[in-house]
Amino acid sequence: MTDRKIDDATGVPTMGHEWDGIEELDNPMPRWWLWTFYASILFAIGYCIAYPAIPLLDRATSGMLGWTSRGELAAETVKANAGRRATQQSLATVDIATLDPGSPLMHAAIEGGRAAFKVNCVQCHGAGAAGAKGYPNLNDDDWLWGGDRTALHQTILHGIRQPGDDATRMSQMPAFGRDGILKPEEIQDAISYVRLISRQQKPDASAQRGAALFAANCAACHGADAKGNRQLGAPDLSDAIWLYGGDRGALTATVTNARYGVMPAWGEKLDPATINMLTAYVHTLGGGE
Amino acid sequence: MSGHGDRAGMRGGLYARRADIFPRAVDGFYRRLKWLVMAVTLVIYYATPWLRWDRGPYAPDQAVLVDLAHRRFYFFAIEIWPHEFYYVAGLLVMAGVGLFLVTSTVGRAWCGYACPQTVWSDLFLHIERAIDGDRNAQFRLRNGQWTMAKVGRRLLKQASFLLVSVLTGGAWIFYFGDAPSLARDIFTGQAAMVAYATVAILTATTYVLGGLMREQVCLYMCPWPRIQGAMLDERSLIVTYKDWRGEPRSHGIKRTEGAGDCIDCKACVQVCPTGIDIRDGAQYACITCALCIDACDEMMTKVGRPRGLIDYATLEDCRAEAAGAAPVPIRRTILRPRTLAYCSLWSAIGLAMIFMLGARTRLDLSVAHDRNPLWVRLSDGDIRNAYTVKLRNMETRPRKVRLAVSGLAGADMWDSTNEAGAAAGTLSLTVGADRVDQHRIYVRAPASGGPTTPFTFTLSALDDEGATAVDHVRFDRPEIQQ
Repeated sequence: MTDRKIDDATGVPTMGHEWDGIEELDNPMPRWWLWTFYASILFAIGYCIAYPAIPLLDRATSGMLGWTSRGELAAETVKANAGRRATQQSLATVDIATLDPGSPLMHAAIEGGRAAFKVNCVQCHGAGAAGAKGYPNLNDDDWLWGGDRTALHQTILHGIRQPGDDATRMSQMPAFGRDGILKPEEIQDAISYVRLISRQQKPDASAQRGAALFAANCAACHGADAKGNRQLGAPDLSDAIWLYGGDRGALTATVTNARYGVMPAWGEKLDPATINMLTAYVHTLGGGE
Repeated sequence: MSGHGDRAGMRGGLYARRADIFPRAVDGFYRRLKWLVMAVTLVIYYATPWLRWDRGPYAPDQAVLVDLAHRRFYFFAIEIWPHEFYYVAGLLVMAGVGLFLVTSTVGRAWCGYACPQTVWSDLFLHIERAIDGDRNAQFRLRNGQWTMAKVGRRLLKQASFLLVSVLTGGAWIFYFGDAPSLARDIFTGQAAMVAYATVAILTATTYVLGGLMREQVCLYMCPWPRIQGAMLDERSLIVTYKDWRGEPRSHGIKRTEGAGDCIDCKACVQVCPTGIDIRDGAQYACITCALCIDACDEMMTKVGRPRGLIDYATLEDCRAEAAGAAPVPIRRTILRPRTLAYCSLWSAIGLAMIFMLGARTRLDLSVAHDRNPLWVRLSDGDIRNAYTVKLRNMETRPRKVRLAVSGLAGADMWDSTNEAGAAAGTLSLTVGADRVDQHRIYVRAPASGGPTTPFTFTLSALDDEGATAVDHVRFDRPEIQQ
């Protein structure tokens, strides 16, 4: 410290560093700056004592306050659930079929259903509820078992062909080919007729023969006009929507072996409020009746 | 540069103790100008939130209001929405260019007169002088024993500082809420916590920055003194000590026949709020408050010498004057390419913003196509697409509008809250005043057609003004026709 070089121009000592003739002056720092610096060091020490900070071999120090991010999440979850409790209780007990569509509770139900749908339903029906082969599209205006809120609630609560659920949606189409009820060529004739009334082909002799076969074998469930029967989950065969495909190959497989789609009875897994929320949400997808 | 280094005192120490600065009171032209600017800026600051401006029943009647909760900025007849934030960015650019313009013509006039740090520091200095007395009395008080009188004065001073700080911080929040009702809520303890927190924070910053740190903010924290070194040129007005006239300085019995005009009375140093000696030349610590000009003029008058030993002057003038030449005319100082360039840039931005404000649309439409699913086949074979339609009405009255689609053969549409049976070619809707309404719209069209068909939504106001807005979207169909 004794023999430090003094800069001629300013009279300030230098640090002794020099780059191409440029020297660094040793001007003192403002006191407030230094205090702020010391204060931040003290704060850091206090922080390390109060909170988890120092990594050990298998964990970090736990800190005096005992704070953990998991604990904070748990506490916030409890708090959030407490805040939602009143709404959840109303949703669990409300009759979703008669709830006013413009009410705040319905709004809460739809938004809650949107979240529950993503967790429970998208695996089969898809993220946009557009379905896939064998899994109905929930956006359209065609419903196997009905599209009003009462019917939707029943379907979601008890499922389709759920073993052990007395109220489940149940019907059984005969396997016309496998069980030998119709001969293969008769099946083709019936398919020709169905494709004719669904405007997929022009009239021909096969379709003409199929009309009588349809009346004798299919009309009992699907109706004489082939518009289907929601009591039995019998689909409308005259429209443009085909769950398993409307081409001849898909229809041959359907009539020969029959189709028995299943859906879980969600009443066994979800609480009444969530069932109501899912009902409300699915009803808003574009096909609600 | 040495002026400040000298004050640091403890050379070689780890930190520099702030040297107390007790500027002496002074009177003169520039002091009165500073009084005027201080009065005007403080009145603007405190009075603006209380001005009223009638905007009808759907908007607040406060002339200047930053409505954070509803995301609106009101400035008299102008209302800015968040998506128009570029106007605020434009104002900031104008402020920046304006600062360059002012600096290149009249130097650091902003620093010396209008900067809030300067105005409030000046205010605190006046309070200090009113309580403790002028410069010499303050020195005596500082060096004196801690008597009861001194303690009392110190308490009174700090309490006054805090009062000014609370009033400063308290006034700020009125720009962010309805001033009369917010004032009532503040005093009855019903205002939001954030209001009290804002007052507390701004009280603290005012007290610390204006009451305690003062010139330290200018010297250590503010970037402008460093930037202005690059902004000044030899034709910028700066506060200058005319050393060819003043030197060699001397006073008392040392004065000889060849002495300069400077009598080394140190009046210029005593009145300086940043504690520098202007006679050392142009320096970053000089905020050009011009109080040294007042002090020196007063002294020159007393000793019978010409005024203006310290004066606003350009470097070019100084050189000319030192060489005995005529000074550059003031119009050539102000009207030169650089200032004209700044001035035209500043005006161009301002005019462009005024034009855009006048021409901006007050009714807007934004349509987003549902992506999942892109299309839905209906039982009659038609294809349905869904769109989220946002209608933005920036007028402060509800408007009846009509939504129509064009460019899509055989299309009709309906609001998702209605039945498909209500489908029609156009929809009549009402948009609330000063808000964005959102609708989910279904559009239905025959299945025949390409996989992607571009078409247009058109929104037309059904009132007299007849504003329209359009958005271009597409209609999707299955790639393979069933």
